[in-house]
Amino acid sequence: MIETTNITFSPERLAEVQTLLKRYPEGKQKSAILPILHLAQKDFGWISVEVMDYVAELLDIQHIEVYEVATFYTMFHLKPVGKNVLEVCRTGPCMLVGSDNIVKYLEQKLSIQDGETTPDGLFTIKTVECLGACGYGPMMQVGEKYHEFLSEERIDQLLEGFRQNATQP
Amino acid sequence: MSRLKILTEHIDKPEITGIEGYIKHGGYRAVEKALKKMQPDEVTEEVKKSGLRGRGGAGFPTGMKWSFIFKGNDKPRYLLCNADESEPGTFKDRLLMEKIPHLLIEGMIASSFALGVKTAYIYIRGEYMYILHILQKAIDEAYAKGYLGENILGTTYSLDLHVHPGGGAYICGEETALIESLEGKRGNPRIKPPFPAVEGLWGCPTIVNNVETICKVPFIINEGGETYANIGIGASTGTKLISACGNINKPGVYEIELGVPVEEFIYSDEYCGGIKGGKQLKALVPGGSSVPILPNRLITKTAKGEPRLMSYESLSDGGFPTGSMLGSGGFIVFDEDQCIVRNTWNFSRFYHHESCGQCSPCREGTGWMEKILHRMEYGHGRMEDIDLLWDVQRKIEGNTICPFGDASAWPVAAAIRHFRDEFEWHVLHPAEATR
Ligand SMILES: NC(=O)C1=CN([C@@H]2O[C@H](COP(=O)(O)OP(=O)(O)OC[C@H]3O[C@@H](n4cnc5c(N)ncnc54)[C@H](O)[C@@H]3O)[C@@H](O)[C@H]2O)C=CC1
Ligand SMILES: Cc1cc2nc3c(=O)[nH]c(=O)nc-3n(C[C@H](O)[C@H](O)[C@H](O)COP(=O)(O)O)c2cc1C
Ligand code: SF4
Ligand code: FES
Repeated sequence: MIETTNITFSPERLAEVQTLLKRYPEGKQKSAILPILHLAQKDFGWISVEVMDYVAELLDIQHIEVYEVATFYTMFHLKPVGKNVLEVCRTGPCMLVGSDNIVKYLEQKLSIQDGETTPDGLFTIKTVECLGACGYGPMMQVGEKYHEFLSEERIDQLLEGFRQNATQP
Repeated sequence: MSRLKILTEHIDKPEITGIEGYIKHGGYRAVEKALKKMQPDEVTEEVKKSGLRGRGGAGFPTGMKWSFIFKGNDKPRYLLCNADESEPGTFKDRLLMEKIPHLLIEGMIASSFALGVKTAYIYIRGEYMYILHILQKAIDEAYAKGYLGENILGTTYSLDLHVHPGGGAYICGEETALIESLEGKRGNPRIKPPFPAVEGLWGCPTIVNNVETICKVPFIINEGGETYANIGIGASTGTKLISACGNINKPGVYEIELGVPVEEFIYSDEYCGGIKGGKQLKALVPGGSSVPILPNRLITKTAKGEPRLMSYESLSDGGFPTGSMLGSGGFIVFDEDQCIVRNTWNFSRFYHHESCGQCSPCREGTGWMEKILHRMEYGHGRMEDIDLLWDVQRKIEGNTICPFGDASAWPVAAAIRHFRDEFEWHVLHPAEATR
């Protein structure tokens, strides 16, 4: 888990934020809130109150305006999460092709339940609603990547891959 | 029936993703033609002639919507592309944006020109972040080639195009929620009217169109509205992307000419390739999770015994008692082993989870439906629950700010209407129901 002690964007990120702000008319900088929250989650791992306050200050808006938004959208983790968040789609079309079993298999393999994180901080299981891959299910998203046509063997391979990545510097 | 592919003809060619490949296959001709040879209103006129209808689900005539854009003040006008694609069963816009991003960009430029728009946005669901990067790269290429920015192709027309991510909220696909979200707020739908065409983004006249709708515009400009109108059947003109999923042999996205028989679409090898494992077809949701489910006997034939076709009119033939809707083209096929109660519960949970919470019938009603269906599915149902469920869905429908409420109610109503015996079975066989 990444500790959120030092909440400041790098100079490169700040430059990116400046580019984002230019996309909206003068005085409408609040529009950049979602793109910036995505960047913040990438850098800080999750959206703590400190992160929200920082975003509010960047945008020069009230803190509550960021709280309102960050709590409405499901992509933002409001609590610390594991290094790999396994977001498994559980909606109808994926259920028709076996997503229930995929969730069960993951829970068994990692000895955690939906919503929990492994003690080593490597994995969080999070069931989510339709991700627009309904014809290629069962599926899960990890980071920006979609993993489709999941099977138990495929999951074994993927988890192994994530573990190996974690041991590399 | 001819196999005309308006959007997907070149989609399997890897080079089509880049601007050079796209131009090589005839890309950006519509921008050249529109900006150099046509007046903005002429573009709208061609779109009207084409009979193009919104591919986001509501099927509203695109040219008519464009002609409603308010021109009576000097506020800037905006074009927003709805790339939120979150209706369960729908995964068609993703294909276009991922494989042939310049088609959307070309469509956005030509459409913006028609509408007198100087700044346009593509609002894409946050989970599609990897596609956002693909679009951003394509937008950068278009700027570099002079298709975007100041004085496009040496004309007096200038346009800026940006892509904006959502944050994971189904409701942000509803156009006014999308606008709120783009303004940096929670995705709470607004009361319509005023329609966005009059008062939309930052209070300015705004047109919201689906990805697939916009991607049709280049063809209409190149070939003429009439050519487009001659494709398809009746008022269902042109082609439609159908994303097919569930228990079929060949799930995927198919571009069909509207009017293809449903039977052919399900069973021919060119499309779904039949039911997986040689099983029987039990039910169909033809247009995304929000539209009514059809039982076997009403899928390939309408109640009148006519062949059911893939068109707006035929799929809704009979109204809700015996028909459904084309909707977003999310085509979900159920085989004989699937449990309708379980699926209805699953969808209700989805709607409860996704309700924005502004209207009590929707906020509370979706919760009630989920709860009742959950207890039925898990063997604690009572006979009265079926009527209670019917009552709850009826009280949501038509009593909310946005059609999300209806969308949550219709699937439940249709499931009870056509599969009441299955609900009763769950009540009578609690032990087997929990299996
Ligand atoms: N693609 C997807 O992922 C999803 C699609 N949907 C679809 O969305 C549909 C409902 O969408 P709505 O936008 O609420 O439908 P609507 O019928 O209110 O509007 C359709 C379009 O026409 C415009 N319009 C209608 N009357 C107008 C007028 N008098 N003046 C100016 N513009 C006008 C609206 O602004 C909108 O852009 C459902 O039928 C459903 O199939 C629902 C959920 C998800
Ligand atoms: C709950 C709800 C969700 C919607 N989601 C989407 C969506 O994801 N994509 C989309 O294009 N339209 C969606 N719509 C329809 C839009 O409100 C709007 O009608 C559409 O974007 C207009 O574009 P079109 O005329 O090109 O179809 C949704 C509507 C509702 C009520
Ligand atoms: S119907 Fe539901 S989603 Fe739509 S505004 Fe009301 S509470 Fe929100
Ligand atoms: S239902 Fe799982 S991606 Fe759509």
